[in-house]
Amino acid sequence: MNTAVAPIVIIGSGLAGYTLARELRKLDRATPLAVVTADEGSFYSKPMLSNALASGKSASDLALKTAVAMAAELNATVHAGTEAQAIDLSERRLRTSDGELGWSKLVLALGADPIRLPLSGDGAAAVLSVNDLRDYARFRTVLEGRKRVAILGAGLIGCEFANDLVLAGHAVEVADIAAQALGRLIPPEAAAGLRAALAAAGVRWHLGKKAVAVDRSGNALVLGFEDGTHIEADIVLSAVGLAPRTALARTAGVEVRRGIVVDRFLRSSDPDVYALGDCAEVEGQVLPFVMPIMHAARALASTLSGSDKALIYPPMPVVVKTPALPTVVCPPAPGAAGAWQIESEAGGTLARYVDAAGRLLGFALTGSATAHKNRLVKELQAA
Amino acid sequence: MKSWQCIVCGFIYDEAKGLPEDGISAGTRWQDIPADWACPDCGVAKADFEMIELAAA
Repeated sequence: MNTAVAPIVIIGSGLAGYTLARELRKLDRATPLAVVTADEGSFYSKPMLSNALASGKSASDLALKTAVAMAAELNATVHAGTEAQAIDLSERRLRTSDGELGWSKLVLALGADPIRLPLSGDGAAAVLSVNDLRDYARFRTVLEGRKRVAILGAGLIGCEFANDLVLAGHAVEVADIAAQALGRLIPPEAAAGLRAALAAAGVRWHLGKKAVAVDRSGNALVLGFEDGTHIEADIVLSAVGLAPRTALARTAGVEVRRGIVVDRFLRSSDPDVYALGDCAEVEGQVLPFVMPIMHAARALASTLSGSDKALIYPPMPVVVKTPALPTVVCPPAPGAAGAWQIESEAGGTLARYVDAAGRLLGFALTGSATAHKNRLVKELQAA
Repeated sequence: MKSWQCIVCGFIYDEAKGLPEDGISAGTRWQDIPADWACPDCGVAKADFEMIELAAA
């Protein structure tokens, strides 16, 4: 490419990549912008992947805009179906499956890969995960005519899928090595309520059990646990967590720890390379949720358009889409010293995470207690 | 009065109810919500909501 000004290149067309592009275009319509994506480049709602089934939404219903429409809206070039293969930091070039392009600033919005448990057995390769629109389309195809779904992982995504699948008429079992649902986010008292509500909706739980194998048995899959017990299902869906995509950055010589290491300006170890979203580790924190992406995209758009803006996260409650028992979590910062204080009320649990002086550091709300969300967010802001 | 849904996270804004705890009183029409307002559940900016009109009452 011999153009005078190399574009800002964003790798990734998920919520992080496209939200950044939109925010940037609010501030700067002129600077050449390119989006490189291995996906088809349509804009879709990621949070709805785990609650679209019961409402009957297909993958194409979730694709709100095509790559062509996004390119027009953003005044950008969208390289869809194009894999980013190597970053050359010294020459400021990106090698892709469709040739090379130069960049003035490079933004890594690569997302994360679903973590795969080490499972033995001839059915292990059939274990599905749903982390993007293509996965969702395949999931819907596989679900056709199949009733029983075993979910690995009782975290946020596992619980949302469990609720969505029972609402859609499936027989659902959820297994996790942890003793409770949402183990990393809420205290046991609140988790017990969620477990009971989902059980009442039809979910069968296998908590405190380590899955070790998936074997085929005719058309079915048998999920085996370390204690020798097993359950039979037609589909096994894995939702045990996400690993930031870091290989592209690491190979190029950009600093990587758990995620791609960036500062409050989303700047990596190379001053012209930035990262945001599920692939980024912002001052030590990887936050694979939507709201952090929105805040990061606004700050980075400002920085990229010439006005450096530090990312400061406000309190960011996360809504867990489990209609059986609506849940909102606002986890304390990692390492924050404190303890849960539980108030149970009819139809819900209000759990406050407070320090020794009684100062609020985080919260978890279920059922009727979700009505306290805004009050607690204000209390966190004031703290 | 209408209801609008956030296309990213599914949050529903009901004009009849407003969001009193967010400082938006009951009966506030979508077009009267400030431009710097963002979805309380996912943080999407109002300008990017592309809200889906659910129903007219």
